[in-house]
Amino acid sequence: MGKTLFHKVWDRHTVAKLPDGSTQLFIGTHLIHEVTSPQAFGMIRDLGLKVAFPNRTFATVDHIVPTDHRIEPFKDSLADAMIKELRKNCAEFGVTFFDIPSGKQGIVHIVGPEQGITQPGTTIACGDSHTSTHGAFGAVAFGIGTSQVRDVLATQTMALSPLKVRKIEVRGKLGPGVYAKDIILHIIRTLGVNGGTGFAYEYAGPTIEGLSIEERMTICNMSIEGGARVGYVNPDEKTFEYLKGRPYCPRGKEWDAAVKEWRKVASDPDAVYDDVKIFEASEIRPTVTWGINPGQGIFIDEAIPSPDQLPEADRSSAKEALEFMKFKAGEKLSGQKIQVAFFGSCTNARVSDFVEASKFLKGRKVAPGIRAIAVPGSQGVSKICAELGIDKIFREAGFEWREAGCSMCLGMNPDQLVGDEICASSSNRNFKGRQGSPTGRTLLMSPVMVAAAAVTGEVSDARKVFAKA
Amino acid sequence: MSLSPIKKITGRAVPMEGDDIDTDRIIPARYMRCVTFDGLGEFLFRDIRQTPEGKSTNHPIDQAKFKGATILVSGMNFGCGSSREHAPQAIVRAGFQAVIAGNYAEIFFGNSTTLGLPCVSAQKEDLRALTQLISSEPSTQVEIDLEKLKVTAGKLSFPVTMKASAQQGLLSGRYDAIADLLANLPKVQSMASTIPGPSVSAA
Repeated sequence: MGKTLFHKVWDRHTVAKLPDGSTQLFIGTHLIHEVTSPQAFGMIRDLGLKVAFPNRTFATVDHIVPTDHRIEPFKDSLADAMIKELRKNCAEFGVTFFDIPSGKQGIVHIVGPEQGITQPGTTIACGDSHTSTHGAFGAVAFGIGTSQVRDVLATQTMALSPLKVRKIEVRGKLGPGVYAKDIILHIIRTLGVNGGTGFAYEYAGPTIEGLSIEERMTICNMSIEGGARVGYVNPDEKTFEYLKGRPYCPRGKEWDAAVKEWRKVASDPDAVYDDVKIFEASEIRPTVTWGINPGQGIFIDEAIPSPDQLPEADRSSAKEALEFMKFKAGEKLSGQKIQVAFFGSCTNARVSDFVEASKFLKGRKVAPGIRAIAVPGSQGVSKICAELGIDKIFREAGFEWREAGCSMCLGMNPDQLVGDEICASSSNRNFKGRQGSPTGRTLLMSPVMVAAAAVTGEVSDARKVFAKA
Repeated sequence: MSLSPIKKITGRAVPMEGDDIDTDRIIPARYMRCVTFDGLGEFLFRDIRQTPEGKSTNHPIDQAKFKGATILVSGMNFGCGSSREHAPQAIVRAGFQAVIAGNYAEIFFGNSTTLGLPCVSAQKEDLRALTQLISSEPSTQVEIDLEKLKVTAGKLSFPVTMKASAQQGLLSGRYDAIADLLANLPKVQSMASTIPGPSVSAA
């Protein structure tokens, strides 16, 4: 009987069975940032411990960094204290820090892959729920809390119970103007925001295999929005091609040996799954959320559902969502005015996201009165976009082109919605208050749909807006 | 770490009604600009308890009759969203000792258990009955028995569930795994030598 990638990696990294029945799992690579790590360093200091394997932890600063003026001290003294604390902790414990002057700073889930730190067949942990992103490379990657950050710093392990594995097979061809973001929003809408609790999601099938690595990252990134802590794609030639030559990847003979090992970690053809779900790519259309959780989405040509039409379990949340969003059941989102367009986040701020949208933004203008901001996921992404002239296209269209960070995805820095503004956003969460204003309203969609909303000033079907591109 | 076993939680309870109470609602990100967890309790459920202008919405948590409650009662999928431990930290620092809800997001549940904040899952109808009871009689003593996995409140009594390893950890005082993890460091060392980590190799 064959094994899944998840079980192969799990078994390989199992250190011991713990007294409470959970597994002590070895963490190959640990990523940290300024928000969830300072307390963990404080804890290991209090306990008189040190970082067990400083070479396996990598730090960056992303959540709180301003994306406009980077001169320190930051205007926000609390944010300034956080970056200084991380700098101090990394220096004291010997951890590599991709600090702002390094030219490698950015969102932790973009920096890891970009540097080749994210590798197949390994376990990765980070104090951030979107760590599942790294699963795009065939890694088993977990979001963890701060006490577990402490555990990984002190022991390079953590206590976990194994997950079940659900194979999500996507077949067929995506229509024009339909992207990876639409696939994952559709999966979450179908399986529910907690449908994945207790599962690792293995995304498979011809459609997934046909996606680029960056598109796979978009899909794995949002696994947690469907309740699955882990999401992954089996590594293949595209994975190896993407990683080859990156700074932290092996070279020469060591590279060949690594690839040989990585090929073996993919799920066996006869692997047994706890569950299998099948999706047809041709049925997926551009998707936009209308509510306050990422499962509350509709195709652009559909109407907002009436709570009464929904399964009983979803009704109260739908009613609450309609009230908060000030939308009515039966309305279409198409034509809904927006005030802000946010192009960024660990879901969609990679080079390919900007390249794709720039094809349509070229020669077009952001609608009057719309605040449109583009935030590259890393300094690396920013550099490549500059080399390709993409920043110029965005600027000429009327976008503000910012420095790298999480920015308005969660509004921990000055990039925030004001009042009940509606934001067309390429990010991952539409929770109440998520983008910094308690009454702000977030509509999740693909980056190209954000571009279409920005140029029309309203939610629009990008396939129609850009038909004459 | 030697911690006291947690077998029973007894106290008054306060309703936090609704499903999918996400971590951004438990503690909005803008209050996480800090390097310690001190003081987070003040911002627990901030945007539910206050208007954007800072006026109280008179949420049950802030009503005199629920003052001193130590158990939170909520709906389905409690704690969904981010991995921020700031969420259970804020709950604990606001004086709560346990949560009764329909079910929990996985990361939140694990974070809570590690802090010694038991999160038990109840059936919908039992949650509804409990919410009704504590709303009409806030002085009701609610007892969560982690050994029997049972909640008792006035005339109400219903079973709850909890992941076995979490229950085991709480009952034995080993819910914080650090001591057990440290005990195996020699094994970890030998595993580390067989699993290469990322490194910048000479070209």
